[in-house]
Amino acid sequence: MNKQLLLGAEAIALGALDAGISGVYAYPGTPSTEITEYIQKNSGRREQPLRSAWSANEKTAYEAALGMSYAGKRSLVCMKHVGLNVAADAFINSAITGVNGGLVVAVADDPSMHSSQNEQDSRVYGKFAMVPVVEPASQQELYDATRYAFDLSESVLLPVMLRLTTRLAHSRAGVEGKAVRLQNPLNALYAPERFVLMPHNARRQYNNLIAMQERLEELSEHSILNRLIPGTGRTGVLAFGIAFNSVMEVRQAFCLDLPVLKIGHYPLPGKQIKALFNSCDTILVAEEGYPVYEELLRGYFGLQNGKCIKGRLDGSLPRAGELNADTVALALGLAKKEVIAVPGIMVNRPPELCKGCGHRDLYEALNSVMGLHDQHHVFSDIGCYTLGALAPYNAIHTCVDMGASITMAKGAADGGLRPAVAVIGDSTFTHSGMTGLLDAINDRSPLTVIIADNDTTAMTGGQNSSANGSKLQAICLGLGVEKAHLRTIIPLKSHLAENIGVLSEEIAWDGVSVVIAVRECIETAARKKRNPAANP
Amino acid sequence: MQTNIILAGVGGQGILTIAAVIDLAALQSGLIVRQAEVHGMSQRGGAVQSHLRISDREIYSDLIAEGTANLILSVEPLEALRYLPFLSTTGRIVTSTDSFINMENYPAMEEILLELHRTNLPVLVNAAELARKAGSPRTSNMVMLGAAASLTGIAPEEIETAIEKLFRAKGAEIVAMNIRAFRTGEALFQHQATVS
Repeated sequence: MNKQLLLGAEAIALGALDAGISGVYAYPGTPSTEITEYIQKNSGRREQPLRSAWSANEKTAYEAALGMSYAGKRSLVCMKHVGLNVAADAFINSAITGVNGGLVVAVADDPSMHSSQNEQDSRVYGKFAMVPVVEPASQQELYDATRYAFDLSESVLLPVMLRLTTRLAHSRAGVEGKAVRLQNPLNALYAPERFVLMPHNARRQYNNLIAMQERLEELSEHSILNRLIPGTGRTGVLAFGIAFNSVMEVRQAFCLDLPVLKIGHYPLPGKQIKALFNSCDTILVAEEGYPVYEELLRGYFGLQNGKCIKGRLDGSLPRAGELNADTVALALGLAKKEVIAVPGIMVNRPPELCKGCGHRDLYEALNSVMGLHDQHHVFSDIGCYTLGALAPYNAIHTCVDMGASITMAKGAADGGLRPAVAVIGDSTFTHSGMTGLLDAINDRSPLTVIIADNDTTAMTGGQNSSANGSKLQAICLGLGVEKAHLRTIIPLKSHLAENIGVLSEEIAWDGVSVVIAVRECIETAARKKRNPAANP
Repeated sequence: MQTNIILAGVGGQGILTIAAVIDLAALQSGLIVRQAEVHGMSQRGGAVQSHLRISDREIYSDLIAEGTANLILSVEPLEALRYLPFLSTTGRIVTSTDSFINMENYPAMEEILLELHRTNLPVLVNAAELARKAGSPRTSNMVMLGAAASLTGIAPEEIETAIEKLFRAKGAEIVAMNIRAFRTGEALFQHQATVS
């Protein structure tokens, strides 16, 4: 049995290891976290050592990966879709500079928002940056495509985006690995005319990128990821990414003779698409994400060149969320089958903070302080503590993007809101909170920042955080928080009265204060107890 | 051969251990496996599910289509009902009767049992009690797997080999206890089949 059972995310990791990467850079984010975790767990067994610790955020990760590529080595950078917003500046501009060693950016989108605040489609970013995008449809294809993406990156000297979605990232299947490729030797590129993006260089590089597009499309025409499943029907399907799986499931279950063009490599293979359109009257465009290419194929005035185009924009498929065999079957005009209904007694079971979690005690204290104020808005952020928005605490009232708690509280304070309170985790603070705190200090905006320091990145499964404990205190003092208004509490039931006291004082103070609530995540603590060797 | 299984439970109850055993047993039997699971936010005490598909030919979708699951294997009785639209008309529910109540409006147990009995020959398992008898309450997932084993399409010997492999690192005693729990579940299924 040479097949290993791997999550899609792990298949990428194995592919990258076997492709000879010298480093992986990432910030944890569902559903991308397991790529880096797999490399961290398995790189020790490799002949050549490689770099795999967590980065402070996606931007620092992306830039480090670009630097490693500049040095001639292969690097992988991984993030969830919204992480690419953070890294977008580096990503877009790295398409202008181009790369040296192979650079692959694995971006995991989350259609249906299982664990995210939106379902943005990273293929739009790929198109925006004008780089090749690969979008495999199975775990084995993820492994093969990862290796292919590194070769492609080195052959066209561009970063390559590997896009996947939650369903594939978090689904297991047998994957067969192939021979290991050695890492690239150090070969730092002296090419200021490419890498110094002053306008005169940038213009030339941008024109080169534009000129490259024809070659990229030609490569797509011959890619193993784009292929036609022949059929004689007059209805054809253009199936993107894992939408291909839903379509093939229906094709198999209903014995349909549909031609299906599988798309897994962008820019689009124009000739293959044209051939499909020529052989069909009706084309279903099935995209796992936004109707990016459906919109393009319909044209601005919806003329469709005499063809009937179906998809997410005409309601044949749902406008939002993941596709599945059931939605695709309906779009192909197959009658919905009778299914057993969920009984009326069913109730939701939303997630909650763990029993014994320190955030519970923090929110209990905070609620009793905020209850005494007329204005009791609490700005918060992304992490386990976001669950404080739900009953029984209902303690936080915003969660927008990484680090936004501090800056939004600052803006509200500048507008006159008193008190202005932010709750942010240790990992989120180092990701994007520190700069906002500096703004508040420079502006003397009266706000209280509560850093819930549980010593880990808990929501994604307990990855190391960039700073906690005394390092967090040093950062705050270094940014200019006054020593008297940098307080520490321990969120435990037995400390409730004391914690209410500290929070009341700091929230009442008319300046920037930081209260660090220090208590280790109970999940991480339990894991350390079970397996002391794994957590030195 | 194709079996579509929905594993259901509450985040933290360990349904992924059951999935890992079935995955391994299927792979050992030379079958193709796709198993979609839930990571991230819902893992914190929310409803979680895993779609597990086993086949002797190519599997395309990671998800099970509505009305095509052969089995809903749930470690919590209310959670078994949450995925009913996926169950085929001949499909079966195997569920633990041990409720996990972490919300205020949890329905009455009689109502849940009533709904379960509306389905095709449900297998109801007092998993916690049987697990205690097998040696440890922590083996309740293996009791559940045992009760559902004959509906998975995989030979029980292959499942036992998989249990042995997965728990080997924890010592022979833990392996034996989990095998014992698995067999307790199997026996309960046989008993209920004979009675009905």
